[in-house]
Amino acid sequence: MLKFVKSGFFTSVQDSGRFGYRNKGVPVAGVMDGLSSSIVNMLLDNDAHAPLLEITMTGPELLFEEETYIAMGGAEFSGKLNDNSIKNYKAYKVVAGDRLYFGNLTKGFRAYLGVKDGFQAPKVLGSSSLYKPITPINHFKDSDVVPYARCKSFHPKIQEVKVDLFLDETVLEVHKGPEYGLLTDKQLELLFFKSLSIAKENDRMAYQINENIDKHQISMLTSATLPGTVQLTPSGKLIVLMKDGQTTGGYPRILQLSDRAISILAQKRSSDTVSFRLI
Amino acid sequence: MSGYPISIRPFGPHAILLEWPHKVDESILDDILGFVGYLENGNLDGIDWELVPAYNSLTLIQRRPIIDFEHMAQHLWELYRLNEKVNLRSKFLWRLPVCYDLDFGIDFQGVSEQLGKSIGELIVLHTAPIYTVYGIGFLPGFMYLGGLPAALEVPRRASPRLKVQKGAVGLAGKQTGIYPQESPGGWNIIGNCPVPIFDVEVENPCFVSVGDKIQFYQISRAEYDLHKIESEVGIYQLEKIKIDA
Repeated sequence: MLKFVKSGFFTSVQDSGRFGYRNKGVPVAGVMDGLSSSIVNMLLDNDAHAPLLEITMTGPELLFEEETYIAMGGAEFSGKLNDNSIKNYKAYKVVAGDRLYFGNLTKGFRAYLGVKDGFQAPKVLGSSSLYKPITPINHFKDSDVVPYARCKSFHPKIQEVKVDLFLDETVLEVHKGPEYGLLTDKQLELLFFKSLSIAKENDRMAYQINENIDKHQISMLTSATLPGTVQLTPSGKLIVLMKDGQTTGGYPRILQLSDRAISILAQKRSSDTVSFRLI
Repeated sequence: MSGYPISIRPFGPHAILLEWPHKVDESILDDILGFVGYLENGNLDGIDWELVPAYNSLTLIQRRPIIDFEHMAQHLWELYRLNEKVNLRSKFLWRLPVCYDLDFGIDFQGVSEQLGKSIGELIVLHTAPIYTVYGIGFLPGFMYLGGLPAALEVPRRASPRLKVQKGAVGLAGKQTGIYPQESPGGWNIIGNCPVPIFDVEVENPCFVSVGDKIQFYQISRAEYDLHKIESEVGIYQLEKIKIDA
């Protein structure tokens, strides 16, 4: 078991997502930053779908009750394993009684902690990703536990990877969305020639943008939305849907983020700036 | 044979959007669902696609990025042309109980005043139609229902509630529906349905599919409590009627 001595601000289990229930309105969920989390799983020689902990903004304090191997990635914290500093994208052995402290967030917004063979969180509708109300909780609280299998010996193929860090990147590559063609020249200018700041309304469901572009009166019938869909509300507000975002919507879908752009955005927080670039 | 002028366009790296003429029309929905049935019957080779129909669109979503959109679009065109409506999925009419007591229908009094009709008249109007499920989304199991009588159209609340009860039945504009889970919401609440629309404990977590029909019927508070318990222990029998395609 892994015990949450302190749970942190918003720590959940996520895997590659809950696929196959969007026609019943179930968001795909899963890791927000698939780029960082996939490297963590790779380092541990895990299946690409192995569940990891997604740690947001304030790190938890964790107690390992079995020996295993761990690796971290994504946001950077001043983390310590017992008394020793640790770094991202490197495999470490832990034994029963070891404590992992995340310390302070120094860069990015979401970190991933993987264990050898992944966390054994219960699967609901084929996925371990926490998403309420499909799962009873959406994040852990103090003294919760999450199981993992004991691993006595493992020889990582790679001890450590140097990751081309994208945490500083601010350009989000986008495709034209289905309703892109309805945008006016003025709206396009505001959309592409200004940097945009992240609103305080940002979470696993959606990131809102502070700056509005022009109002519109486009009406459309409700249709599917995806993680990375940029919606434009009638008042001109931009909403970027993320992994827990609703599966359908009635606002024009003006842009669609690339997978890499979703990962970049997932590492941003309130008042950070980004810009869109068409590919 | 399907003859609508449809468009097939990429929707980001993982999805393809098929659109039919932009209107709420049951024959369009039937055409879309006929095509969904055809695709689900093994006519979409290899890869696992998620098919999300709603109103006048069908979105095909894939876990991995789509490698050759042009090829796939061409393939879909051919399938749509070939598609003979032999595989239409079975449709069902679900009769759902609603308790309209004011304990649940917390906005009913206000709605009655706004619409100038008694609560009794409004219940008759709300339970008369057979509604069509044009989409499922927003929340797991949330149905977009078409067919609300114009006499029941009332604007959504000026300020949304942070918490609307699970099972709450609401009215907003041209829409009526059930909140499948507790959630924030801006609809006018007129009652509550004791039957869970979405249940992760069962193999098919949501019994309703797009294209199905819904009819509400009024129940008393005592019946509500009974159905609630029956649902919790898993012995509630849903009223369903198969509709011939």
